[in-house]
Amino acid sequence: MSVKELQSRHKLLKKQSYEPKELYRGYTDRVLYINLDDNTVAEKPIPAMMKEKFVGGKGYGLKLLWDGTRPDTKWNDNDNEIIISPGPIAGITQYAGSGKSLVVSISPLTDIVIDSNVGGYFGPFLKFSGFDVLEIQGKAKNDIIIVIDGIRNTVSIEEAPGEEIDSHIIAEQLTEMYSESADPRDMKNVSVISAGNAAQNTLIGLLNFSWYDIKRKKCRLKQAGRGGIGTVFRDKKIKAVVVKVAGVSPDPNHVADMEPIKERGARFAKEMKELDPHQCRMKQEGTAHLVNVMNDYDLLPTHNFKFGSHKDADNLHSRVWNKKFTQGMNDGCWIGCTMNCCKGVDDFELKSGPYKGHKVIVDGPEYETAAGVGANLGIFDADAVIELNFYCDTYGIDTISFGTIVSFAMECYENGLINKTHTGGLDLHFGNIPSTLELIHQMARGEGFGKIAGLGVRKMKEYFAENYGADLKFMNDIGMENKGLEYSQYVSKESLAQQGGYAMTNKGPQHDEAWLIFMDMVNNRIPTFENKAEALHYFPMFRTWFGLMGLCKLPWNDVEPENNAKEAEPAKVPEHVDNYVTIYNAVTGSNIDKHELIRQSERVYNFQRTFNIRRGYGLRKHDNQPYRAAGPVTVEEYKSREEFYDKKMKEDIKVDPAGKPVEEKIAITRKYREDRYEQLLDAVYKRRGWTKNGVPTLEHMISLGMDLPEVVEVLKKHL
Amino acid sequence: METVSVNGNIIEWTEGMTVRDVLNVMKYTFKLLIVDVNGEHVKRDQYDTYKVPKNSEVNVIHLMSGG
Repeated sequence: MSVKELQSRHKLLKKQSYEPKELYRGYTDRVLYINLDDNTVAEKPIPAMMKEKFVGGKGYGLKLLWDGTRPDTKWNDNDNEIIISPGPIAGITQYAGSGKSLVVSISPLTDIVIDSNVGGYFGPFLKFSGFDVLEIQGKAKNDIIIVIDGIRNTVSIEEAPGEEIDSHIIAEQLTEMYSESADPRDMKNVSVISAGNAAQNTLIGLLNFSWYDIKRKKCRLKQAGRGGIGTVFRDKKIKAVVVKVAGVSPDPNHVADMEPIKERGARFAKEMKELDPHQCRMKQEGTAHLVNVMNDYDLLPTHNFKFGSHKDADNLHSRVWNKKFTQGMNDGCWIGCTMNCCKGVDDFELKSGPYKGHKVIVDGPEYETAAGVGANLGIFDADAVIELNFYCDTYGIDTISFGTIVSFAMECYENGLINKTHTGGLDLHFGNIPSTLELIHQMARGEGFGKIAGLGVRKMKEYFAENYGADLKFMNDIGMENKGLEYSQYVSKESLAQQGGYAMTNKGPQHDEAWLIFMDMVNNRIPTFENKAEALHYFPMFRTWFGLMGLCKLPWNDVEPENNAKEAEPAKVPEHVDNYVTIYNAVTGSNIDKHELIRQSERVYNFQRTFNIRRGYGLRKHDNQPYRAAGPVTVEEYKSREEFYDKKMKEDIKVDPAGKPVEEKIAITRKYREDRYEQLLDAVYKRRGWTKNGVPTLEHMISLGMDLPEVVEVLKKHL
Repeated sequence: METVSVNGNIIEWTEGMTVRDVLNVMKYTFKLLIVDVNGEHVKRDQYDTYKVPKNSEVNVIHLMSGG
């Protein structure tokens, strides 16, 4: 069906004009609110207090979600929201990585707030259309699309029965449909958010944010992957959200002072040009450069995080990705990004599923995907990883959760906890590519074992125990989830700080708060609990700030300035931190320093912790980790590094392992490591200004200026 | 056995050992490194030529990277 025919089937439910509003110093100070229950379209002003305390991006999302939902709102209740907010710096084109959006919602996996950051052009275009935030509540009766026309200043809600659900198709359909013309220069002024067929049949749905790649003449996709927001999106019967603008001017944010931004941007671009080829090669390989590095350091999750390396890992080596990725293309997911790390595999011929035989562009794989759907599943075949990457994206599911879910199922299968009777005949031994592909297609169709796997690790454990009599204790040890969210793809066993960096994370175990493995395990630079606690204070707070601003984290520390080695604290990359302080001040006209940057984050971080507490979570017990994240669960696992673990026992625990059976050595190691994790929690909570139960103290909230009445009311019940 | 200490780990020292040799022994393949030998910073372009004396204390600081 042609795009014109598809559009002719649309039924307009609501069309509303709005007053245009230009950005001033990075803000429009208003929210676009849409309620699909009654097709309300409204503008909401952002009060000065909200701007001061919550800053933008994730901060705005959390504040609006708190106000818009009840403490017991479930993910599929009508009042749950999807809130998209880019932040004040988003949309500048003079510094790398300045086009991110933060998406928040109540997660179907965790029942707490999920936040997910994503590139693509949607966030900046939303701002250029006149809004700092898009807040969507309610549920449509039939499939709809929302169109924000930043040229004519209208918002429409349209029933759209004909468009495809899968993202690689609907993004193209709607970009063509809403572009002012077929000229690629117009096509690039449209961005589409969509999910996919598996998003509506699982709890691990994601959102794809598109941009039009003018050289390739195709839509590219970046993902707000974590926590099932795509599932919420489809539950609201949203097929897509479209935004269009007239174009991108050099200073759409109307910043306070453009010169410092340009100067820092040029300095960073020079680093990328001169240093990146000798450092991480982000421009050639993106984050996939890390696969072999992680394998070398025994950190690459293999066979459900059992092991940290594999003899076949060279099949997923960065040099393999270098050849697979099309080189020399403009691969930034926002205009002006000189890091250009969003790599793509062009003309990839699919070998399975409904699009078998089609030649498609595949965005990625990034490191997390290569590790998650590759090594962790025992799949050391680059083409299989690319195919799984494509289907995860277009079906709208998170590659990280998919990888950790399937690896868990495979370990259960190999241990006889589940068998072919339960899997509908699927052989789920590690490394089985056809079964893994079939599983993902089942997720898209909402069928068979794919439907069960789509519930996520936490619910799978309950399901296997209740229905198949599987050993719950063992599954709790090997099921890599915390708070209901699947672990991202690093082996944390030998880094206590990273165990905290995962399981203490507000939304669940994603590494975007803290990645401390090298600092802790390799450099031995944070040996004491207090050292680790300081790192688990600073880095989560610093990295939260990217999510308030609309910034990508990668340009912070994936290229290192030439003189960084001489800095007192090189891990913080002080010159780049100074770039961010300078740019924030230049955009907004403020005058903050690097300490106030951390305080901005602390306000929002502690609010998010309080939000979790308000919903019945966010306490010490919710920061527990599965033992697999801390040490060897099985005899096989211990024996794979027996010499190493024995040495650790002798040196760290002061117990002689000689003559002891492996089971006893596992038990001794476990007791020691579990005790150390509890001590870590104590130290970090103290550093963060929390009680031993993980509750922010009133004194700390007062010191941050976050003693808002609704916050105090929640905290008082736990103090 | 003559030794050097690398991030607190003891490895065997060999005659003519360079920083590159130390990185190879430790399997330190990551690119964002800061190396100092007995407190002296060693630049990347010196890794192949800088000789590490026996009984040295070598610090190899790995910075962070990735998504």
